[in-house]
Amino acid sequence: MTLFLFIARFLLLCAAVNALQPLPVFAEENPVSAAVLAAQQQRVAAIRQASMAAVSIFAGGQGGGSGVLVSSDGFALTNFHVVQPAGVSMKCGLNDGNVYDAVLVGLDPTGDVSLIKLLGRNDFPFAMLADSDTVRVGDFCFAAGNPFLLATNFQPSISAGIVSGVHRYQYPAGTLLEYADCLQVDAAINPGNSGGALFDAEGGLIGVNGRASFEKRGRINVGVGYAISSNQLRNFVGMLRGGRLCDHATLGATVATSEDGRVVVADILESSDAYRRGLRYDDEIVSIAGRPVRTVNAMKNILGTLPSGWRVPLVLRREGRPIEMLVRLAGVHSPAELALLVEGGGAPADPRQKKQKPLDKDAPQKNPHDDTPESGKKTAQVPDIVKPFYEPRNGFTNYYFNRLERNRVAALIASRGDYAVCKGSWIFSGTLVGGGDFRIELAENFASIDLPTGTTRIDTTGDLDGNPSPPGSGGLLASLVLWRRLLQSGPQSLGRTDYWGTAPLLGVEELCDVLHSTVAAVELQVASSPADGTVRGLELWPSSQDDPCEVRFLDHTSLNQIEMPHRFEVRHGNELFAIFQIRSIEFTEIPSNDEASDRVSFLEPGLEYFTADRSL
Amino acid sequence: MAIALFLAMTTESMALRPEETIASAARKVVKLYGAGGFRGLEAYQSGVLISQEGHVLTVMSTVLDSDQIDCVLDDGTRYVATLVGVDPRRELAVLSLQATDTPFFDSNNIERSPPGTRIFALSNLFGVAVGDERVSAQHGVIATVIPLAARRGAYEAPYRGDVYLLDCTTNNPGSPGGALVDYRGRLIGMLGKELRSSTSGIWISYAIPIDELLPAYRDILDGKSVEPETSSLVVRIDPTVLGVVLLPDLLDKTPPFVESILPDSPAARADVRADDLVVAVGLDSVGSRISMSRALGRVPAGDPIQITVVRNGELIDLDLGPLPDTKKAARQ
Repeated sequence: MTLFLFIARFLLLCAAVNALQPLPVFAEENPVSAAVLAAQQQRVAAIRQASMAAVSIFAGGQGGGSGVLVSSDGFALTNFHVVQPAGVSMKCGLNDGNVYDAVLVGLDPTGDVSLIKLLGRNDFPFAMLADSDTVRVGDFCFAAGNPFLLATNFQPSISAGIVSGVHRYQYPAGTLLEYADCLQVDAAINPGNSGGALFDAEGGLIGVNGRASFEKRGRINVGVGYAISSNQLRNFVGMLRGGRLCDHATLGATVATSEDGRVVVADILESSDAYRRGLRYDDEIVSIAGRPVRTVNAMKNILGTLPSGWRVPLVLRREGRPIEMLVRLAGVHSPAELALLVEGGGAPADPRQKKQKPLDKDAPQKNPHDDTPESGKKTAQVPDIVKPFYEPRNGFTNYYFNRLERNRVAALIASRGDYAVCKGSWIFSGTLVGGGDFRIELAENFASIDLPTGTTRIDTTGDLDGNPSPPGSGGLLASLVLWRRLLQSGPQSLGRTDYWGTAPLLGVEELCDVLHSTVAAVELQVASSPADGTVRGLELWPSSQDDPCEVRFLDHTSLNQIEMPHRFEVRHGNELFAIFQIRSIEFTEIPSNDEASDRVSFLEPGLEYFTADRSL
Repeated sequence: MAIALFLAMTTESMALRPEETIASAARKVVKLYGAGGFRGLEAYQSGVLISQEGHVLTVMSTVLDSDQIDCVLDDGTRYVATLVGVDPRRELAVLSLQATDTPFFDSNNIERSPPGTRIFALSNLFGVAVGDERVSAQHGVIATVIPLAARRGAYEAPYRGDVYLLDCTTNNPGSPGGALVDYRGRLIGMLGKELRSSTSGIWISYAIPIDELLPAYRDILDGKSVEPETSSLVVRIDPTVLGVVLLPDLLDKTPPFVESILPDSPAARADVRADDLVVAVGLDSVGSRISMSRALGRVPAGDPIQITVVRNGELIDLDLGPLPDTKKAARQ
């Protein structure tokens, strides 16, 4: 035994002597160049700047994790599995050494994301979302977070590394916590890093860390961590800000790789929108949402980053010919299912994927989110400081924030003109692209449309349920009636109206704010520009069984400083109903000191005029 | 910025950006799929393309114990690989893809890299990359170059030569056979099997220098390799003559797990137990039922039979004595 100790000491001594030998790399004939020092300075500065936005989240004795501020008014992203044990309120420490109260805003359990809001300041430091699709394997990256909850002074731990893989897919546990199209990094991601930021070299936010591959070595990093991509986060952030309980998308079809390597439809639900649009068994999927589908994994990656309810372009190939369609994506869960999963403390264990776990699952689980007002048990636990910012409601995470967003969007839309004064009839006349004239009259108690195929008139004093007039449009008159009501009297005139989130208009254009109204059995979605409130499109379902009538406003004009459409397109199902070119707009009762001629505006003829105008 | 940072980190490379180095090298790393899929026994690993003729270097492992070894390239192209030969001492296996148009690492003029060399490790770790998805890239430094058996007995591996010891966790499930490249993208090593010290429980990350492997690779191509299990001349002896009943032959190469012991047999007297895994007969390591019965056949008549089993994570040597008289009857 003595001999063993002696040998051990001797070995230690040898190691110590070895450690004293200077490393050849740092020999004096290799002075550090100015460029290298400058690069280091830049890295230090980027890390210092990015660290300001890092949040340490404490879930009150239930563990905790990390987060990252994304707006000056205190919105911060983190993981669902970090806030799940915390309930609706949590304490957050920032790099400045201060602790802030925070309230839960929105949840995306399928994507393992949640949005919280820190209270008390309007000048929080924050990180900017970068484009995660430009990230390349080998790029420098660093994580800022609170591994092992070490940050007692709230200064984040920084771990640096490279991007090890892009467009990775990590299976969900049950149906929650799916990491699709995620980033893989060798920067150390440990328990407690969950929800924290992954930054690129410039300090741009490229992802939110939340998962790692472990296996035989316990719950410590083995050089394999995963981050939810910033581009996925961008898709959901609108819904999250609206206090929603978000779901991810499914096509309603399963795919398989054929023997010759094509991705083909193996099964399809006849109730899915994809089926209604014409997708069939054995069709080859070429692309979804503009991204190529070469493997089954690629399709999972694409769908896994999209919210339920979005419409995306889909290209299929059948008998060698490509066919394009717009498909509305369904949810992975029904809303009730999702609420149950969240309330039930998360996902059941999935035996398929034991080794890839979200971090921080050691903390005991409890119901984070109980939005049924009648139960009242959770409301009692909400701390006083958070109470003014929390409103439970079925199907939502925190309806207080939905109200805020709805009011914000409604105010923006109202800013496009003093619609309230335009009483009486609104009369639009002009020509149809492809030939023929039209006249649309939206009166106080009726609406009518004259088309070359005939005249249709509906009574607007009662419900508009199931009214698809004029025939073939899917409900154009009802759409325009409700659109006028929204402009003139605001969302409260449309029955129950919620903020839906953001979605690309017709699946192809920039993200729009979307309001969702339920007027008796009719559902209406209004898409407007987040920048200025211009209404860009309407979708109306006369009943839940129908395809919607889709109205897309292509051009706008201004009449007495009131914004009005100049040209719009109407679609129903797979068909284009018509493109309306408005030549004149008349308000029959506009209170004005001016002459009556001002009620009518005759627009210059033709599309060319506006095209030219725009190019100036 | 990223470029500048990596320049700051390296003294040996000014030629390529890290993402270019990785993109180029990753095309020469393959994902291999074979036998396994049980707990702690992955059915996948990595390999490196090493010749114009489509030869792949990888580690000898249970993954290769399959009738079909699938090999997937960086672009998603799928080949069925055939086993050309193995070198058990280095745990090296050479596969052939029968392809001539695949990219490959240059195996000429490879020198030993010194400690401090910045490296990328490219591998199919955790099987996260499938189809045309690129293998994972990790970064690190060669901490030292040292014989694997420097602490003899701590790390149970047949290989006793130098390894590159790395400062990053590169040896994960699926990593073995992956490429260790320097910042110029040159292949300098092959990631080894996951290895854990039997005394301290510490896992190490290492790669075998490619210059240690190339002579064996060339020998295998020249047909000099002798795979212990390929000779059909060896007499097989059924271990039941010793009272050892093994797990039934379920797989291509079922491991020799003891299912039960016959009462009053040499095995019972030597305290062989159910659930023991036989790993060696005498000095021959065995990995399957077949290799065990062959190894028994190689024991000279009258010599005592010693076997090594794994029981509760420990290696135990057991002496079963010479074969009983039934030996002749059992010979096939």
